[in-house]
Amino acid sequence: MTAIAAERPRERRTFRLREATWRVLLFLLVLAALWGLWEGYRWLWMREHWTWPFVVDDTSMPHIHDFLRALFQVTHPGGPLLISVLLKAAAFTAREAAVGFAMGAVGGFALGVLLAHFRVLRRGLLPYVVASQTVPILVIAPMVVVYLGSRGVPGWFSVSVIAAFLTFFPVTINTIRGLQSADRRALELMRSYAAGGWRVLWKLRFPAALPYIFAALKVSATASIVGAVIGELPSSIQDGLGGQILNYSQYYTIQPRGLWATNVIAALLGIAFFLVVLAAEKLVVRRAPENVA
Amino acid sequence: MSVVELKGVAKQFGRGGTTALQGIDLAIEEREFVSLIGPSGCGKSTLLRVVGDLIQPTSGSVVVNGKSARQARVDRDYGIVFQDPVLYDWRTVAKNIALPLELARWDRRRRAERVRAMVELVELQGFEGHHPWQLSGGMQQRVSIARALSFDPALLLMDEPFGALDEMTRERLNIELLRIWEASGSTIVFVTHSIAEAVFLSTRVVVMSARPGRISDLIPIDLPQPRTGATREEPRFFELVTRVREALHMGADLERAAAEATA
Repeated sequence: MTAIAAERPRERRTFRLREATWRVLLFLLVLAALWGLWEGYRWLWMREHWTWPFVVDDTSMPHIHDFLRALFQVTHPGGPLLISVLLKAAAFTAREAAVGFAMGAVGGFALGVLLAHFRVLRRGLLPYVVASQTVPILVIAPMVVVYLGSRGVPGWFSVSVIAAFLTFFPVTINTIRGLQSADRRALELMRSYAAGGWRVLWKLRFPAALPYIFAALKVSATASIVGAVIGELPSSIQDGLGGQILNYSQYYTIQPRGLWATNVIAALLGIAFFLVVLAAEKLVVRRAPENVA
Repeated sequence: MSVVELKGVAKQFGRGGTTALQGIDLAIEEREFVSLIGPSGCGKSTLLRVVGDLIQPTSGSVVVNGKSARQARVDRDYGIVFQDPVLYDWRTVAKNIALPLELARWDRRRRAERVRAMVELVELQGFEGHHPWQLSGGMQQRVSIARALSFDPALLLMDEPFGALDEMTRERLNIELLRIWEASGSTIVFVTHSIAEAVFLSTRVVVMSARPGRISDLIPIDLPQPRTGATREEPRFFELVTRVREALHMGADLERAAAEATA
């Protein structure tokens, strides 16, 4: 590493531009390759009448352009376009997931701070935190919905609670790990400044933990969508993507395109959540490139 | 009044474990530049940490500025510089230097003023907004020194601060450190394993030997101030280097004799 000369920023800007172009190209290339793989597989298996591992036909593997086209067709004569139905559902699920993600992230972080700070709590509670994640979400979901429902809480919020349940765990685990990752010398330095526990936490341990926390938030961002979609099923909520998935899976054998189209929208929602976290990380974490987790 | 006064300091790690320090008596006066030199394992870094209240001695007394080492630490009487710069990656150069000032609750304006003065002192103008990973090793260590001096501590503790740098950078930073020492009027305790560095910088060299870590010799360095690149070529410089080297070997002989006696 050497000192930075004055001309460096401009160099970096052109470098960034070139990298951005390259990324877009790569994305399109991979997309085309996946499309080709899907269609090629479909074509080969249908021509040779291969049945292993499964029979390929319009039901199991419809054309990609088929279910993308389905997005822009009406759901029933005189009804709205499928895409507008699905986007409305996606917005509904996104709200559940976002609220769940926020609750899970804040709660998971707070729990992580507590457990990192008190060894007794960590030893005593961590097994139960881990155990909480082995309980199938389908067992917890009805309990949450029934209990909160009886208290007059709206259904979508119950789904958020379920999403939070899936979200908090990675955040807690990585917060503990991250807070403990602070350099030993840096801790000695804080001691030499006679810094108290809280200030060591905020000025040293928390910034040191940020790359770890963001790694967890990326996992949690997508998990919160899965949690929201699954949470909708036992709560008999019809307005979200979970409701749509349930609906289209019942018609799958006669009209598989609907379920596939819903999948695409759910995946896009997950990617959108991930990108929001990524953008936040770029804004917040200022770290040597090689130290970003 | 001495800035640092050690009486009968001993440090043992673990019960019946290695004796890192034994029977250390040392007084360091105001404006002195004292180097601790010795083979690895002689406890020189341990001694520095005892003075800074980063570890507690097993026995003996440590008085810093007429107070207990703990009180001196709480009063922020000393700044510390390690071999690694230990800068915070997420802070810019200016914010790294301001860290101890934030902890001492200085207001923003005073902080900015002091940071500007410190950046000037270590000659890093133009790099205030850079992050540590954008600087060379020597520049990082200068930031670390500026941070240690920012709150104007009476005592500066330095643990092999230039140990990881190449010889050229090291000699340049040695001269800079002497200039900073002159300008800031602080007292410095400096750990090193380079004989030439110890002689060049110090007003007094403390020679230590290992197993158990103890002081085997105190050598006053009477080279004239201010010292320059030419100082390293004076006959007196070589005499003193030889004197320190012999003291180190004598310490090693003592150690061997002690080992044979117990064997």
